[in-house]
Amino acid sequence: MKEFFAQFAIPHPSLLIYIAMASIVFGTIALVAVVTYFKLWGYLWREWITTVDHKKIGIMYLITALVMLFRGGVDAVMLRMQLAVPENTFLEAQHYNEVFTTHGVVMILFMAMPFITFFFNFLVPLQIGARDVAFPRLNNLAFWLFFMGMGLFNISFVIGGSPDSGWTSYFPLAGNEFSTSVGTNYYMIALQIAGLGTLMTGINFITTIMKMRAPGMTLFKMPMFTWSALIANLIIVFAFPVLTVALAMGTMDRLFATNFFTTVNGGMDMLWANLFWVWGHPEVYILILPAFGIFSEVISTFARRNLYGYTSMVWSMIVISVFSFAVWTHHFFTMGQGAFTNSIFSITTMAIAIPTGVKIFNWLFTLYKGKIEMTTPMLYAMHFIPLFTLGGVTGVMLAMSAADYQYHNTMFLVAHFHNVIIPGVVYAMLAGLTFYWPKMFGFMLNEKIGKATVWVMSIGFVLAFIPMYITGLDGQARRMYTYSDATGFSFLNMVSFVGAGIMTVSFIMIVWNIWYSFKNSPRDISSDPWNARGLEWATHTPIPHYNFAITPDVTDASEEAFWDSKKKGTQLFKGKIEDIHMPNNSGQTFVMSVFFFIAGFAFVFSMWYLAIFGLIGILACMAYRSLEDDHGYHIHAHEVEEDEKKHAQKGGAK
Amino acid sequence: MGKVNNNVPLEYSTEENNLKIFGFWVFLGAEIMLFGTLFASYFTLVDRTGAGPTGAEIFEITPVLIETFVLLTSSFTIGLAIHAMRIGSKKATISFMVITLLLGAVFLGVEIYEFKHYVHIGAGLSVSAFTSILLTTLGTHGLHVTMGLCWGSFIIFQIWKRGLNSVTAGKTFVFSLYWHFLDVVWIFIFSFIYLKGMM
Ligand code: HEM
Ligand SMILES: [Cu+2]
Repeated sequence: MKEFFAQFAIPHPSLLIYIAMASIVFGTIALVAVVTYFKLWGYLWREWITTVDHKKIGIMYLITALVMLFRGGVDAVMLRMQLAVPENTFLEAQHYNEVFTTHGVVMILFMAMPFITFFFNFLVPLQIGARDVAFPRLNNLAFWLFFMGMGLFNISFVIGGSPDSGWTSYFPLAGNEFSTSVGTNYYMIALQIAGLGTLMTGINFITTIMKMRAPGMTLFKMPMFTWSALIANLIIVFAFPVLTVALAMGTMDRLFATNFFTTVNGGMDMLWANLFWVWGHPEVYILILPAFGIFSEVISTFARRNLYGYTSMVWSMIVISVFSFAVWTHHFFTMGQGAFTNSIFSITTMAIAIPTGVKIFNWLFTLYKGKIEMTTPMLYAMHFIPLFTLGGVTGVMLAMSAADYQYHNTMFLVAHFHNVIIPGVVYAMLAGLTFYWPKMFGFMLNEKIGKATVWVMSIGFVLAFIPMYITGLDGQARRMYTYSDATGFSFLNMVSFVGAGIMTVSFIMIVWNIWYSFKNSPRDISSDPWNARGLEWATHTPIPHYNFAITPDVTDASEEAFWDSKKKGTQLFKGKIEDIHMPNNSGQTFVMSVFFFIAGFAFVFSMWYLAIFGLIGILACMAYRSLEDDHGYHIHAHEVEEDEKKHAQKGGAK
Repeated sequence: MGKVNNNVPLEYSTEENNLKIFGFWVFLGAEIMLFGTLFASYFTLVDRTGAGPTGAEIFEITPVLIETFVLLTSSFTIGLAIHAMRIGSKKATISFMVITLLLGAVFLGVEIYEFKHYVHIGAGLSVSAFTSILLTTLGTHGLHVTMGLCWGSFIIFQIWKRGLNSVTAGKTFVFSLYWHFLDVVWIFIFSFIYLKGMM
């Protein structure tokens, strides 16, 4: 009995972890109490947990992403605090390992991924004039699988111990010999479950975009964000199965003593590195391409002209997506492959800079010919261009394999990838969030606070990360929990810490802005408050759950259908209102995901009876689904008409 | 359910089925990557046998030939099931589906025997990198066949209960795609794992 419970204990407890435990427990109790007190369980179940509405599923992704931004952010601040002064004892080595591992995983997989998935969900059907995604119920399942994976990963912190071998989880470090807690089991299994959800998202959105576009919307009339979503989802479908296999092998090595990545019995640790990065590098583009898509929407809207070089924008994304599968080895130039291999991967890596450069120039030309209006989303875009370019240039430096021997695994690398990922992905997500906020919630975020946030964030960013380039070139290694004063790194690390603190302030300002605007912003905004261009602005705000009363027809319009209807008077909504077919909600996908969680948890601790129970539950749900007959329901034309009348009073599209 | 189009085969007659069939093709794209990764890993690890046996030492031709024969035949019979479905014969569709699944079961039976044999002669999962990847690749395929058996039985049950309509026809068609795909994967396993390994 005692032994049974002992396995769930944290192997390296510290005061910080106890505080976190207590706050998690009290937080959960408080949440449950609030929901019960206000009798919200039924509402949550009916309106959110079981929903098949792409907009609501999108918002659930958004909430997850924002919560994880804070979890990952706390980790980041702890890392910087530890490094702020030499010989610091705030975190000891093991704890530092766990924090940088969870920080990396949480930020990439549980913050950035749901953030872009939020945009896929919220925007794509609206942009292509569809009522929903191709498989609404699969969409719900995908979210819950993702969520359960996220949950499983996060409880590692308080039950059994966090993973500690880096977000890349390189073997043999991640093998049983060096990672003795169950932390890496959590990593393998949580990512597996979340990854399944992501794969479903990929299939769903490819089908949606290929098959459900409004009449007249040819591929080359799709809005830029939808293009980026299509390509990102194609990359998902081709890259995630590789991760699936790698994680399965890693799990087996840890649980069933197989020899895939061991250093004995023929095992090959470099196979992990290869498989991981065959997925991992394309993953970076899964994140950045939708970010580019968002910036394209924002820049064309606020430069008040159509995007310069639409076709070249599309082609550059296609080229990037293909190349992204051909560069993975640049992550381990120094790990013993020959000069020839290194040269090939050096060249392919640098080649990606070309289509990326094309995009940058297209944005610049759009701005050059435009009448710029400096709103908050636009300000993010303006900060993005120079900062991201700096990150890109240092990326090309890293791509020179011979030179990489100098700065491999130093802070230079950490500076580089934060330099692309924060101004690239995070800024895009925040710009998009601000831009689409009124469409989601019916009020605008405060522009003054918004713009101030961007400036604070950029100042914090520069202070936090530019010093790392310098210490990195001077040899400060990454993932080292401390350093001696004699290295001379201490001043710059202190600057970094201050920068991280300033960034924290900017994130708090976002929360404040949401709160402030929720209290103070006017609610009588039209459905098109930014004077924007795409179909997503052609519905009412709040968006009726059927999206469009009449399916838009864009035969006569360009890729900016709504803009054309405003400027040239093209008719988007022809014909009359008919009955609308809608899918039913489903709770069974949630139940199935819970079984996934149970099975996953059981696997982490090798509790086989529980694992079998979970797996049987999953199969039972599948069987139930197979036999179920669910035809959805219809909203009748007169109901739609009434709904439309109500909306029409609030203004919006004709 | 949307509009029903009577000029195309039953499985394509509704909007919903069209989406499902397209989506399933995309899923098969992902499956290709999955098995592709397994094959790539297999080729990487095939000679890394450590102290364990090599392929040439453990492969036996007879069970593999039986497996190949029944699986190829089942791919043919699922084709016949789809043909029967197109001409609207419920009975023939069910019969060919049942035969397909029986052949699948025989395949699985032989594979289980084969696995037991491997373990018995000292080529178990954890012996070497080679045995790990061998059994994982075969096992992944076998697991797919197992899932196919369960899934197929549910479809048979539905055709039997509800007859051939756009819903059951769509499911049957998608199932046939899946089954053919498993056959193609097996051909790769047969050629590049067994034949190559035995040479
Ligand atoms: C407030 C902003 C942030 C700060 C101050 C920060 C700081 C850090 C630090 C100090 C490390 C550890 C370096 C090391 O010792 O190896 C790190 C690693 C990392 N960060 Fe961040 N970070 C921030 C935001 C982000 C964001 C937004 C992302 C992703 C979207 C991200 C992704 C990563 C990844 C993948 C790693 C590598 C983890 C590893 O070494 O395995 N970070 N970050
Ligand atoms: Cu890369």
